[in-house]
Amino acid sequence: MTTQSLQSPGLRSGQAQAARVDHLLIAEMVTPGSRVLDVGCGDGALLQLLTETKAIDGRGVELSRERVNACVTQGLSVIQGDADADLDAYPDQAFDYAILSLTIQATQRPKTVLKNLLRIGKRAIVSFPNFGHWKIRWDLTVTGRMPRSRNLPEPWYMSPDAHLCSIVDFEDLCSKVDAEVEDAVAFNSGGRRLPIRHPVSLQNLLGEKAVFLMRSRGWNKDG
Amino acid sequence: MAADNTPRSKAHSRTPQDPPLGEVMARAASESDMVSFDADQSLLLDCDRTLGPFTTSYKTYGTLNADRSNAVLICHALTGDQYVASPHPITGKPGWWETLVGPDKPIDTNRFFVICANILGGCMGSTGPAEINQATGQPYGLSFPVITIGDMVEAQLRLIDHLGIDQLFAVVGGSMGGMQVLEWVARHGERVFSAIPIATAALHSSQNIAFHEVGRQAVMADPNWHGGNYYAHDTKPTNGLAVARMAAHITYLSEDALQTKFGRNLQNRNAHSFSFDADFQVESYLRHQGSTFVDRFDANSYLYITRAMDYFDLAAEHGGVLANAFTDTETRFCVVSFTSDWLYPTRESRQIVQALNAVAANVSFVEIESDKGHDAFLLDEPEFFNTITGFISANAKRRGLPI
Repeated sequence: MTTQSLQSPGLRSGQAQAARVDHLLIAEMVTPGSRVLDVGCGDGALLQLLTETKAIDGRGVELSRERVNACVTQGLSVIQGDADADLDAYPDQAFDYAILSLTIQATQRPKTVLKNLLRIGKRAIVSFPNFGHWKIRWDLTVTGRMPRSRNLPEPWYMSPDAHLCSIVDFEDLCSKVDAEVEDAVAFNSGGRRLPIRHPVSLQNLLGEKAVFLMRSRGWNKDG
Repeated sequence: MAADNTPRSKAHSRTPQDPPLGEVMARAASESDMVSFDADQSLLLDCDRTLGPFTTSYKTYGTLNADRSNAVLICHALTGDQYVASPHPITGKPGWWETLVGPDKPIDTNRFFVICANILGGCMGSTGPAEINQATGQPYGLSFPVITIGDMVEAQLRLIDHLGIDQLFAVVGGSMGGMQVLEWVARHGERVFSAIPIATAALHSSQNIAFHEVGRQAVMADPNWHGGNYYAHDTKPTNGLAVARMAAHITYLSEDALQTKFGRNLQNRNAHSFSFDADFQVESYLRHQGSTFVDRFDANSYLYITRAMDYFDLAAEHGGVLANAFTDTETRFCVVSFTSDWLYPTRESRQIVQALNAVAANVSFVEIESDKGHDAFLLDEPEFFNTITGFISANAKRRGLPI
């Protein structure tokens, strides 16, 4: 876990205030001028941020037709598609970064999606809500009901989040798909980055969300 | 450079009797710019025959900028023509895509130099079956070679060379126009900065070939067709061509659109006539579509152009793999489909998108919600216009064109 400042020098303060914390962390991880595929790009906020601050060549995939059309209207290169179904068509190592921000928990087959990300991108960046967060554990323990929170606003029967996991669960998946984790950052509900000296078990307790930067060991040959 | 800024509104009203086809075509051509290529610049066609000399009739709108970087080529559909943004010289109707192309429209003729050429095989001044074969002094008729979408693109390329344009800022087209867009990128991708294929497909489906065959058989069954040589008999297979148009027109709409617009409403009567008159509004509408079409379109052109569409299969031209058509492309794509279009359904646009993804091309893809069927691309669809405006603006910025 790293201890860089949350405010990257490349980000202007106005943008930083408007942007999601996980987006800012992702923007720190991305090298300027790189090719980026944002899977589940939503309204295109991350692509827009990366275009403005890192001059990326960006593409997006989004499930919702309305959001796709809004993205293209803004001039972003986005297609209507599905992380589970439409990643197979992309060639190996076609992008510098394949990003999945707060989307993996909503996919049908997270392991396959992650493998595809590691195949398509020289690096993969995944952010997700941490189901190991203390408040979720507390809610479940005390009420005996599925937790509801800012990140999990829907009741269980409405939620698109089919595959929730904790930080340690995600680490397990990374090793299963032979991903080398190059950076991992957890941040608390105030958007503050947790200190690197915390052991993973504590990050897993205090982190509300996490961002992982990784690459496939199978593709290490091209650096 | 023949940048035409003066709108010509010499709309001709239809005369009671059918004017001779030659006169109609001469009139159509007189309102356009023409460029002719000599026999030494013949086209080598996909059927291995050569065609030359040949002529392309075209319209331009707006002004080409000093570094010739703001040109937009519009490719027309089966029954379209070069009058994309100005009144049609025969029907007097507004340009067929004035919803999209014109001053302050998504494709803004204040900013872009818009070119629209009548396709090879067409009947609005470009060389086609109704034109005189200079070798014989007679109309080509069925001696005209069977052309392809690729041949149409090669003819357009000669025009773009003639205009001195190295790279088109955008190539845009719907339906068969979209096939030309795809073929442009596949053959001459370096000449295309951005491509907008709309309501189209990378191949013509079996169902689409079937509908075209019905139309062609209707034309050929008309005794006035005379084996394609009706020009010599001073007649036209208008009945057959009208039936072809009626059948095709159904495929351009959707079941919902027909039901909403006409239902089972009767036409100018309160009860069934117990005859074969056009009792129903939908019959009257289709008959009108058929009868007005024959005034402006040559039946043999209809045969040739539908055939070109039937033969279109971009993957087959590239070893059976559609992605191979786009290998290493740097063209930026915006693929558009419409939810109720059953002639070129969204899944066929998605196949194009998947092929583009397979080569990591820069592609946007939107499906527009509409109940208007295939024709939606020609109609007032604000979400569609917003998409095109956004895509064009973003790419104009990348191309260094003034905002």
